[in-house]
Amino acid sequence: MRKLSHPDHLAEWKRIIQGERPAYQKVIAVSSGTCGRARGSLQILETLTQEIERRKLSDTVGVEATGCHGFCEMEPNIVISPEGLFYKKLEAKDIPAIVERTILKNKLIPSLVYEDPATGRKYPRQREIPFYQKQMRLLTENNYRINPERIEDYIVLDGYQALAKALFDMTSESVIAEVKASGLRGRGEAGFLTGKKWELCREAHGHPKTIVCDADEGDPGAYMNRGLLEANPHSLIEGMIIGAYSVGASEGFLCVRTEYPLAVKHVTLALEQARKHGLLGAAIFGSEFHFDIQVVQVAGAFVSGDETSLIAAIEGRKAFPRQQPPFPAQQGLWGKPTNIHNVETWANVPVVLNKGAEWYAKIGSDKSPGTKIFNLGGRINNTGLAEVPLGTRLRKLIFDIGGGIKNNRALKAVQTGGPCGGCIPAGKIDIPLDYDTLSQAGSILGCGGIIVMDEETCMVDAARYSLNSSSEESCGKCVPCRVGTKQMLEILNRITRGQGEALDITRLENLAAVMKAASLCGLGQLAPNPVLTTLRYFRNEYDAHIREKRCPALVCQGLLPEKKKAKNTRRPETGRKAI
Amino acid sequence: MDIEKILKESGTSQKDLVPLLHKIQAAYGHVPPESIAAVAKHLHLSESEVFGVLSFNRFFTLAPKGKILVTVCQGTACHVRGGGRIVEEMEKKLGIPAGRTTADKKLSLEKACCLGCCAIGPVVVVNGTHYSLVSPQKVDSILEKAKTAE
Repeated sequence: MRKLSHPDHLAEWKRIIQGERPAYQKVIAVSSGTCGRARGSLQILETLTQEIERRKLSDTVGVEATGCHGFCEMEPNIVISPEGLFYKKLEAKDIPAIVERTILKNKLIPSLVYEDPATGRKYPRQREIPFYQKQMRLLTENNYRINPERIEDYIVLDGYQALAKALFDMTSESVIAEVKASGLRGRGEAGFLTGKKWELCREAHGHPKTIVCDADEGDPGAYMNRGLLEANPHSLIEGMIIGAYSVGASEGFLCVRTEYPLAVKHVTLALEQARKHGLLGAAIFGSEFHFDIQVVQVAGAFVSGDETSLIAAIEGRKAFPRQQPPFPAQQGLWGKPTNIHNVETWANVPVVLNKGAEWYAKIGSDKSPGTKIFNLGGRINNTGLAEVPLGTRLRKLIFDIGGGIKNNRALKAVQTGGPCGGCIPAGKIDIPLDYDTLSQAGSILGCGGIIVMDEETCMVDAARYSLNSSSEESCGKCVPCRVGTKQMLEILNRITRGQGEALDITRLENLAAVMKAASLCGLGQLAPNPVLTTLRYFRNEYDAHIREKRCPALVCQGLLPEKKKAKNTRRPETGRKAI
Repeated sequence: MDIEKILKESGTSQKDLVPLLHKIQAAYGHVPPESIAAVAKHLHLSESEVFGVLSFNRFFTLAPKGKILVTVCQGTACHVRGGGRIVEEMEKKLGIPAGRTTADKKLSLEKACCLGCCAIGPVVVVNGTHYSLVSPQKVDSILEKAKTAE
């Protein structure tokens, strides 16, 4: 296909692609994100392709490697269209039967169908599975329809139409107004209004302006950005181009972690394809707008989650944060106005323009519109990526979508927002998940990591683990964070060893107050959260450790009764640490 | 590959530093300490600035690494499922602490802060191949496979 030099070419191209597509009667989408591949999805893909060829079905049955379908617990899995059948936890030996019975004779194979462990009911169709049915998948719905290595698949699903609309039917100002009206907030730490940020950048002096996509997802326990990068790279690229048009930027950077090789591959390929078809580079869609994006491989530092330290990393300096204001939207990369958002925020932009601000603002809660992808992990039955409207109650996420706690144990707490988030106790499980409510409860929404802890988790130990990550990741530039994380960690280490003192709690609170007030960036300001929330909601566990020299959850090795020690504790597989 | 050749293909501004270090590490398996001066000169930076960025980012290494790279994930989700025990087991079996290379220079053991495959942890990656739901019992066979895969 030639370069698109007019917005009408998009519809034309879509028709051409549809005309040229083989008329498959069935398409099998194999979930092949990093998790899927680790569980053998590529082998499934190969066996399927061979089996289809062997039976000479290549003209009627298509096999595609797609990005992650979100239900990571059930990897490797496939979705068979048009029926939308979902087969879970496949092995190569299942393939001949799938082709023989399901593809050729339209019969189900009951052993591969998802069964709800709670009710025992079987759900053959993906849509009907409670994990999917209770979600609202604005960003992730298309994952099983797209081969991320082909731009054509995105075009057929009306990709780049939001960009065409922005460039030809709207002015930069009206795009900003639309995004502002939608109420879209940054899906990273701060939850700042996206449209407001664009406006600041547009009004700031300095040229050239820059757009940055933060895909350096360093938060341990969260991979929704990787999911999007691998599965639907064009959605965030389209968002970035629209953002660039609105603020008047000519250059963009997409910063991906080196630890995500598949994401780097898909994004690089997507950018090449977009460039080839005139959607990036000089004269986009034949307009007067020029913009290009380059990939930067960030070399692994959690602190790059702060905008100013990411800027330093792109500039080729150590990823140290700096004082704000001036905000990056005013003075960012090389001192010029720069707009930084993470992957999920950028991927929301085309949705806002396609569906309209009014429609978008109605989803989610009043002050936090839209959906959010949450990463369910820890002691929960259905691990994976779940997209729900903001303001959804935690209970719904954990029990209706997540399928409840592993082995039917009792829920104790939920950590939201990664190691810088706080622990919400089981008693507050009806809390709505949005920026403001969570911060009132002492936690953060963060990038959306949800770690579920059951009754066998020691909350003091959980706080200690989080502090340990924060102290390792602290860049060391400012004293409150560098020294504070270390001192808090040492106190917690002592408490979990049975050497806690009555004064320790006051010491922890004082350190936390200083760190919150005086740290330079979010890492130091938020690092005390796990300690503060566990002190607030689980004070009795601290008291048991310090006064009674006892670990109620029987996790802290130094505090176990002699008999238990000999038995090597209740949880041999995890040793003394457990969250 | 020659350092000079890599330098020639790279830009000369500060923002080219990290990509350049990536290229050098890809070519040599590590960043040879003697290349720091050449990189600094090429980018018009001081050697300390180059060294600073190099040592700040955990991905880069100054010491040569083995051809077989074993990475054990230590993210929250893997930790919950016993990632710590996997590292201990690896260290015991290999006789080296994480971050080091075996005496025969063939195998390096690394810890990663999160590899982003949280649903299937604990995760171990050997030269790009992922192993999921790893238990201490599986460590032996993973290491065996790693050594023969070379």
